[in-house]
Amino acid sequence: MAEQTAARPFTAAAFNLYLKENKLMGSRCTGCGAVYLPPRAICPACQSNILEWVEMSGKAVLAGFTVIASGPTFMIKAGYGRDNPYISGIVELAEGPRMSARILGLDPRAPESIRIGAPLTVEFLEQGEAEARHTYLAFRS
Amino acid sequence: MTKRSSLPRGVAVVGAGMCKFGAFPEKSSRDLFVEAFQELVKSVDKGFDPLSIETVYVGNYSGELFEGQGHLAPLMVDAIGLTPRPAVRVEDACASGGVAFRQGVMAVASGMYDSVLVGGVEKMTNLPTAQVTDALGTAADTLFENPAGFTFPGFYAAIATAYMHKYGMTPQHLMKVTLKNHENGALNPKAQFNVSIPGWMKGRVDAAIKKGKPVPTWQTVWDFLQDDAANPMIAWPLRLFDCSPVTDGAAAVLLVPAERAHEYTDAPLYVIGTGQASDVALHSRADLTTLNAARAASLTAYEMAGVTANDIRIAEVHDCFTIAEVVASEDLGFFAPGDGFRMADEGVTSRLGPKPINTSGGLKSKGHPVGASGVAQIIEVWKQMRGEAGERQVPGGVPLALTHNVGATGTTCVVNIFERR
Repeated sequence: MAEQTAARPFTAAAFNLYLKENKLMGSRCTGCGAVYLPPRAICPACQSNILEWVEMSGKAVLAGFTVIASGPTFMIKAGYGRDNPYISGIVELAEGPRMSARILGLDPRAPESIRIGAPLTVEFLEQGEAEARHTYLAFRS
Repeated sequence: MTKRSSLPRGVAVVGAGMCKFGAFPEKSSRDLFVEAFQELVKSVDKGFDPLSIETVYVGNYSGELFEGQGHLAPLMVDAIGLTPRPAVRVEDACASGGVAFRQGVMAVASGMYDSVLVGGVEKMTNLPTAQVTDALGTAADTLFENPAGFTFPGFYAAIATAYMHKYGMTPQHLMKVTLKNHENGALNPKAQFNVSIPGWMKGRVDAAIKKGKPVPTWQTVWDFLQDDAANPMIAWPLRLFDCSPVTDGAAAVLLVPAERAHEYTDAPLYVIGTGQASDVALHSRADLTTLNAARAASLTAYEMAGVTANDIRIAEVHDCFTIAEVVASEDLGFFAPGDGFRMADEGVTSRLGPKPINTSGGLKSKGHPVGASGVAQIIEVWKQMRGEAGERQVPGGVPLALTHNVGATGTTCVVNIFERR
């Protein structure tokens, strides 16, 4: 299993496959140790191209957020809209990297009550029907 | 990074034109472009032969998604009768126009061309809102940002929540940006929303009376701006009036070598500084309350121009959302981090204030045909610097002006600085 993991390229497809397996995986530069999420194939800090997959703890805090009433088509199809708004956010992981994700467990109808810095834990959100079904990265309060 | 401290050859703007911005079901992008070009031709004080134009750059974000039309540049050049000149489309999301302008500047500065047309065009209103949201969304990272459900109002709303948390701003502070930009746009006949917020409110009341519908009971602009029906939440804390509209529009300018500018006009604008930068996705930035690319692009432009933020008399900045104008006013060095919203609140950035921002009405009121916006900013600077801005003319002359045009969440930013001598 470890060998198979190591063989995956640092692509969005591989990242999404990990999400489907309920793993939040980033990449770590074997040269300078910098950790990246989303995963990168080239380290911007030292330009090394020797990186390895690393699993994130899934612990994070909220860095910025919004409650969206007028969403993109795939969210409208999933039942979201003015009568059913949802929270999108940017989270900062315990390991340092930041990432965009759906935010769960906080009240989209009371955005004033949502606190930047709120502690969150990773959740793997299944959404969509049939071929559109996809595992989305989410964090829950 | 290697940067030049000055252009290898001076460049001047000697003509500028734009069409009326708005929603025009009967017009395609080429119709809009033709209108902008015709106004440009008329704007050249001493006249010129359009056939002397040697090459053309066209800023366009997504003709493909908005009107099912790719490869726009040769179509635009054909529409104005200038084939077989080279036609180059430039795409950097909502910064396409400003980046196209910068490419035109480099084409003249390099010595390669002596007459360059730079245009920008976008035809956005054919699509329903959700599809416009999807089309604009492709300017973000579709693999790693958009699956979170983000929209462009959503990204800027996340910037706003981080800014509110860090600096104590409230959503009401942002409404001051909207009030100002509509006040300016009310004086701009080319603006899509050529009306102030009080004027808009009166229009709604009058329409309700005429139709025999319940008449709104707003007493103040704050009642209106906080009314969930009149000004609905789009992405908290941003409401409809915090967001620039969906717009059809085009703009065009003519660039020539500085040493030949007086063949065209006695009142040229000299391009004395230009800078451009890129950045990582919004979520990968350590600080959500500043756009690194705007800071980098403006530093390059200031250095090239040999001026500072304090020297700039007016600026057209990329207020795709109200928070974007606040952040821009800090990124450009006009105000310290965290002071931008206070300066807007105190009227410092109003047309008659010490640092006027978006005298055109900005993207908010003038409209935001994304590929055209960066060029349209230059049209406003052209008018203000030449004393031709009519009712919205800032007092006391405009020796130095700046334009700030952003792509997506600041993954691109381009800044240009202009001088009247």
